[in-house]
Amino acid sequence: MPASPCVVPDTTSAPLTLGRQRSIHEVEARIKSHDWVNGQYRLIVLAAPDTVLDCRPGQFFHLLCPQTDRFQPYFRRPMSIYSYDREKGELAFLYKVAGAGTSAMAELETGDTLNIVGPIGQAFEIKPEWQRPLLLARGVGLATLAPLARECASLGRSLTVICSARSPELLMSTELFRHYGAEVITVTDAEGNSGVESLTGLIEGLIASRGIDAFFTCGSARLTRMLQDIGSRHGIGGQVALEQHMACGIGMCHACVWPFRRADGAVNLRVCREGPVFDLQEAM
Amino acid sequence: MADLSTRVGALTLKNPIMPASGTFSEELADVFDLDCLGAHVTKTITRERRSGNPVPRVCELNGAMLNSIGIPSKGAGWFVKNTIPFYADYDAPLVISISASTADDFARFAEEVSVPGVAAIEVNISCPNIEDHGKAFAMRPGSTEDVIRKIRSATDVPIWAKLSPNTGEVVEVAQASETAGADALVTANTMLAMAIDSRSGEIRLGNVMGGLSGPALKPITLRMTYQCAKAVAIPVIGCGGISTIDDVIEYLMAGARAVQVGTATFISPNTMPRLVGELDATLAARGLASVEALIGTARLSGETTTLAEYT
Ligand SMILES: Cc1cc2nc3c(=O)[nH]c(=O)nc-3n(C[C@H](O)[C@H](O)[C@H](O)COP(=O)(O)OP(=O)(O)OC[C@H]3O[C@@H](n4cnc5c(N)ncnc54)[C@H](O)[C@@H]3O)c2cc1C
Ligand SMILES: Cc1cc2nc3c(=O)[nH]c(=O)nc-3n(C[C@H](O)[C@H](O)[C@H](O)COP(=O)(O)O)c2cc1C
Ligand code: FES
Repeated sequence: MPASPCVVPDTTSAPLTLGRQRSIHEVEARIKSHDWVNGQYRLIVLAAPDTVLDCRPGQFFHLLCPQTDRFQPYFRRPMSIYSYDREKGELAFLYKVAGAGTSAMAELETGDTLNIVGPIGQAFEIKPEWQRPLLLARGVGLATLAPLARECASLGRSLTVICSARSPELLMSTELFRHYGAEVITVTDAEGNSGVESLTGLIEGLIASRGIDAFFTCGSARLTRMLQDIGSRHGIGGQVALEQHMACGIGMCHACVWPFRRADGAVNLRVCREGPVFDLQEAM
Repeated sequence: MADLSTRVGALTLKNPIMPASGTFSEELADVFDLDCLGAHVTKTITRERRSGNPVPRVCELNGAMLNSIGIPSKGAGWFVKNTIPFYADYDAPLVISISASTADDFARFAEEVSVPGVAAIEVNISCPNIEDHGKAFAMRPGSTEDVIRKIRSATDVPIWAKLSPNTGEVVEVAQASETAGADALVTANTMLAMAIDSRSGEIRLGNVMGGLSGPALKPITLRMTYQCAKAVAIPVIGCGGISTIDDVIEYLMAGARAVQVGTATFISPNTMPRLVGELDATLAARGLASVEALIGTARLSGETTTLAEYT
């Protein structure tokens, strides 16, 4: 290829040499493994270059799902980082196979490549006064909270995790959370203990018994509202990771806005840029 | 290396690749050096603060998208204080895009944003998301001429008129822009469209209607570019569905002096720098010394046969 008039940023892992800070990279990553975790969720592990492994819990990547015979997704799909490991050069996503994009992605095999853009967005912040956090994950929300649990563990926080799913077979990652030293509680629709009322009782009990002092959540608007209620009654702060439909994923198009309460009135913020992690009480 | 530069009226661009309004912002500097672009074009702003349309604001189609973002705007003051200075760090000329709901407001606003650092004003007289039911100035030659004339008398900064595919009078609107004093045309904005989920019956945009963009739009806006380049003497900038180097070359051959890339940046944020590199490589491969050598070279095939007329 002839010398190009500007550095054409990589679809490989070639480092960029320009002066200004580049924090978001587009790379082709090879698939190391790609397995079903249960009937609905798949775990994809990529061999990723260092450039994209400067990640923090709560950030996400924007994935270019392949075009297949059956599915022709056009947009990229946002996915939270489920795990990242600089030493092994690995990046993983845990995702639910739902519509065209994720169904096309599910057809990828080990050895294929996936074009990814990231890492993107604001990470979770574990404030110094948050010593006994509770993580509440509904469905695939736990994919987002898994790296946060690891970070809480490495910071020596005493961790409680509630995993909520439709049925016991759809519960995931409970062993992983236990491995991080968390007290893990599971609730399911099938067992009838995942409703707002029973969860409120459970969490108020945990506040009393385990001294919970922060909430982190992802995956359910209903549970977010519940934690806002409990939080405001007990003076407990926290953060929520939100999902919104995206087009550009990096802050240019204003497709992904969400309303927030601020002291000086409501504002619309971009989930991809100012988020996806936000203050729990501000999310509307 | 081939000469990639191109002239758009009084402006010289170091290459013909620039972003389309609304699909580009300062954030892209997180991905690549924005100075490799021929120009920078900002999202349309309005004078007053606006919050934009309800969500969902976008949906994907096969090889296309719809958007009904609207024009969320932090207002003129914020833009002049924050956005314009950001681009002052770059050599690429800054083109700012503005909109307003009456011709007089448009003119007042153009005057207000004619500040140092602004190389051209793109007047978005074609946004299907801001006017009532998708009506826009650029749908008719009369309203186009009126608004451009008023803006012309309010500013000395070059005016780029962004035209609409939602009109049956493409040539007349292009000529009205030229007559009223526009320095260049941009062809074109999105095409008014809608989508329904056939299973649930739900309309897929919160605003019901929105603008179609991406590869599916290209044949329409390429045709407009060709029509306009033939009909006016001022430069035409092609826009609509560009994602590959062949798309760029088609627009240049149709008569565009430069092109704008929109939706493709959402699919690959590195599309524009990639196209700059590929344009250079393509000119070299074809033994062409400059971009200029491609502009307006589209012709009918020598094989075309005139068929018999029935009498
Ligand atoms: C920051 C962020 C992190 C996420 N992390 C994960 C994760 O770790 N694991 C996981 O399984 N899912 C995650 N999601 C949700 C995931 O992006 C959607 O499930 C996915 O985009 C659906 O695509 P599809 O092709 O299956 O569905 P389709 O119905 O074909 O999607 C159509 C369009 O709607 C969008 N869309 C549909 N559902 C959602 C949604 N919930 N959020 C945003 N856009 C949506 C798609 O991106 C696409 O543009 C995350 C979403 C966001 C915003
Ligand atoms: C999300 C989105 C927002 C847009 N916002 C604007 C805008 O503010 N002003 C404008 O003149 N055009 C706007 N456009 C239109 C583009 O500038 C461009 O004309 C159109 O998308 C066709 O080009 P493309 O197919 O390369 O995207 C927008 C397009 C998209 C997809
Ligand atoms: S998806 Fe474009 S701004 Fe967030």
